[in-house]
Amino acid sequence: MRALVWHGKEDIRCDQVSDPEIEDERDAIIKVTSCAICGSDLHLYHNYVPAMLPGDIMGHEMMGEVVEVGRGVNGALKKGDRIVVPFTIICGECDQCKRQNFSVCERTNRKKNLGDKVFGHTTAGLFGYTHLTGGYPGGQAEYLRVPFADATHVKVPDNLTDEQVLFLGDIFPTGWQAAAQCDIEPTDTVAVWGCGPVGQMAIRSALLLGAKQVVAIDCLPERLSMGAAGGAITINFAEESVVERLQELTGANGPEKCIDCVGMESHVSLAQPDTVYDRAKQLMLMENDRPHVLREMIYVCRPAGVISIPGVYSGLVDKIPMGQAMNKGLTFRMGQTHVTRWTEDLLRRIVDGQIDPSFVITHTVGLEQGPEMYKVFRDKQDSCIKVVLKP
Amino acid sequence: MNVVAKLTNITRSPGDPKVLQAGPSVAGAFDGLARKLGWFSIALGVVELVGAERIAGALGMSGKQDLIRAYGAREISSGILSLSVDKQAGLWSRVAGDGLDIATLLSAYRHDNPKRDNVGIALAVVAGIALLDIIGAKGVTARHSRRGTKPRDYSDRSGFPAGTAAARDFARSERGQESGAA
Repeated sequence: MRALVWHGKEDIRCDQVSDPEIEDERDAIIKVTSCAICGSDLHLYHNYVPAMLPGDIMGHEMMGEVVEVGRGVNGALKKGDRIVVPFTIICGECDQCKRQNFSVCERTNRKKNLGDKVFGHTTAGLFGYTHLTGGYPGGQAEYLRVPFADATHVKVPDNLTDEQVLFLGDIFPTGWQAAAQCDIEPTDTVAVWGCGPVGQMAIRSALLLGAKQVVAIDCLPERLSMGAAGGAITINFAEESVVERLQELTGANGPEKCIDCVGMESHVSLAQPDTVYDRAKQLMLMENDRPHVLREMIYVCRPAGVISIPGVYSGLVDKIPMGQAMNKGLTFRMGQTHVTRWTEDLLRRIVDGQIDPSFVITHTVGLEQGPEMYKVFRDKQDSCIKVVLKP
Repeated sequence: MNVVAKLTNITRSPGDPKVLQAGPSVAGAFDGLARKLGWFSIALGVVELVGAERIAGALGMSGKQDLIRAYGAREISSGILSLSVDKQAGLWSRVAGDGLDIATLLSAYRHDNPKRDNVGIALAVVAGIALLDIIGAKGVTARHSRRGTKPRDYSDRSGFPAGTAAARDFARSERGQESGAA
């Protein structure tokens, strides 16, 4: 079969690979009908996330048709079922899964010893990601083996298109969780840094969760236009001061809820000297991440507010103003997404017509064009916001 | 097939797909040039750092050893940047560095310098490399730039089939149900 394979920094290729095989009775194999390139795939593309190996298959946003099931799937799935695959692999049985903390499932990281050493405790296995999270082959491929398939799936109805439901596997629940963990009140201003795909979902989620006003922050006109379409007031940080504008919009109180949809690769600009400092340290391997957005959120957030972090951070960050955060009494909520905690509710909202996540798709191409689309997406060319691949 | 990818198969389980035939790289020619210039820059920088005395002697620039070492550090920084995802910045910093190198060499291209011929050769080499750097920098910038295309207007993509006002109504209605249930 064909698959998009990581060969090194900025080197993803469409390779011929062997087909996946059932190796555990809880496995299933799907024929992938749609998959997508995620913003966090770019961190792997740039080799900022440790423990990627040449030969790793990319992709953690995918859906398809079940073509083979192991004996242990026990009727939870059958051939022909149409499923979205959550990017977090879950057993459904461990203590964390029972608490719905699915992204820290205790059993699915098959390289648990690595996870334990690096993170202190293992996290869940993830598709198409680093070997620290199991090194599971991803779904930017024609076929995918889904481990723990009896628990790791979302069945979707036939009357919805792939484009409407594909993002239930990652960016929609990720944006939703980012907003939900803010505990939004009807009087709240929610500020969202980064109007990429997760930011767009967070903007709409905050609106659906009843925020008084949502503010979207980015520097790319096409992304800001999409944010505004979702009901947000926009701030172009290349043209105006984020801090001053947020003060204006909130009666000088600051936003009660701040969401970081940027993560480790914040925009580098001479106008924001800390970003240049971070980039220089990152180049010298003295810092993993560029946390400009975190610093800005801590500074501007209203005291007793919430900082929500769906953006990916990989390791060590520098110059975080903990004194500000502590004295302002801020609450930090973060983590990989507990996808399955949210999917039933989000699927209902799609079926009810509250939201149609397909709005975010700007490019649809075949799998063989995937490597070039990584570049287009990374360089933000052709107003690219979300790429869907059709294997 | 890719030998490194084959070696990494020891980390994979029996049912995992394995690379049979690697596809073509989509890296452009200018990305390749940036990589070569990056490594060249690092190598040259190391030579300038450790061989500053000999370089100064060969160019009749005694007393300029520290300057040559500083240029070596600059070359290494530019090289690292050229090998990174910010390769445009790396290559343009190399172009700027070439300008500094040429200015410094011109100051040594004096009739009273007994090593004037060596300086002339060095100037020719630096000029040739500067040309490569300019070609690479312009090529990489063009390949990765978003300039030249007008940003699209996505203001018709609300994602709310019934509109944003209806989305706010959904929120009020669901919040009302929650507080009612409580």
